[in-house]
Amino acid sequence: MTDVKETPLKKVMIIVAKANIEDVYAGLIMANGAVMEGIEAKLFFTFFGLDAITKNQMNKLHTATVGNPGMRMPNGWSFPTLLGAIPGVEAGVSSMMKKQMDELDVPPVDEFLDMITAGGGEIYACKMAADMFKLTKDDLCEHVKAIITVGDLYAMSGGDGTQIIFT
Amino acid sequence: MAEKTFAGKTVEVTAEGYLVNKSDWSKEVAAEMAKEDGIELTDKHYEVLGYLREQEAAGASLTIRKVGKSGIVDIKGLYQLFPGGPLKLSSKYAGIAKPASCV
Repeated sequence: MTDVKETPLKKVMIIVAKANIEDVYAGLIMANGAVMEGIEAKLFFTFFGLDAITKNQMNKLHTATVGNPGMRMPNGWSFPTLLGAIPGVEAGVSSMMKKQMDELDVPPVDEFLDMITAGGGEIYACKMAADMFKLTKDDLCEHVKAIITVGDLYAMSGGDGTQIIFT
Repeated sequence: MAEKTFAGKTVEVTAEGYLVNKSDWSKEVAAEMAKEDGIELTDKHYEVLGYLREQEAAGASLTIRKVGKSGIVDIKGLYQLFPGGPLKLSSKYAGIAKPASCV
């Protein structure tokens, strides 16, 4: 038998590239969970994930009701894509998701970022995506520490026990 | 289950050091548990522990968000009181079970 030596996780770099409620929250929950365990966490938002840290968009995220095979009716039936295309349906489903998360004490995005940064977590925006969407630091929420390049991200990823997670 | 002696009292603890019997808890036990982790409990710490015990007794599921809204301490303060484990360590010293929430 070989001796397996476990190396404890010390740092996570979490990359969020999509703007759906569930994609953003996956990253936020993992980052918050890390700092709560004493693990250093840095969140890097890129492409549509930038919505989650853009002042005007961050609390208006949606979950996709079209082309989402995981969507179901409250009774468990599958959710017809055509129904999801009706105006207002996506907004209704999204607000239901937020309500259900609130019941589990999962906060809105801005408050979640408050919690993560209060625990020492750091929030970064991707430079290329920000340039592409014509966003400057002023468009982003105050939690954002800096707009950085992918090279900067890798430079921050050094050290034993670091993992990069792409949600 | 393991046994440990805190403040001259032998108590049963889980593998992670949480008290098995809530009734074994006392301020002195809490202080010695915290000391093992290098934390000196102050009045502010005890206020948080008291709040957690009350909430737990009322059947509430505990999150750092809830503690942050308790009016006792904000989340940043909670991290400062219990470095590296705001909810895990505070629950341990409060003599309640390990938190089962993801937030």
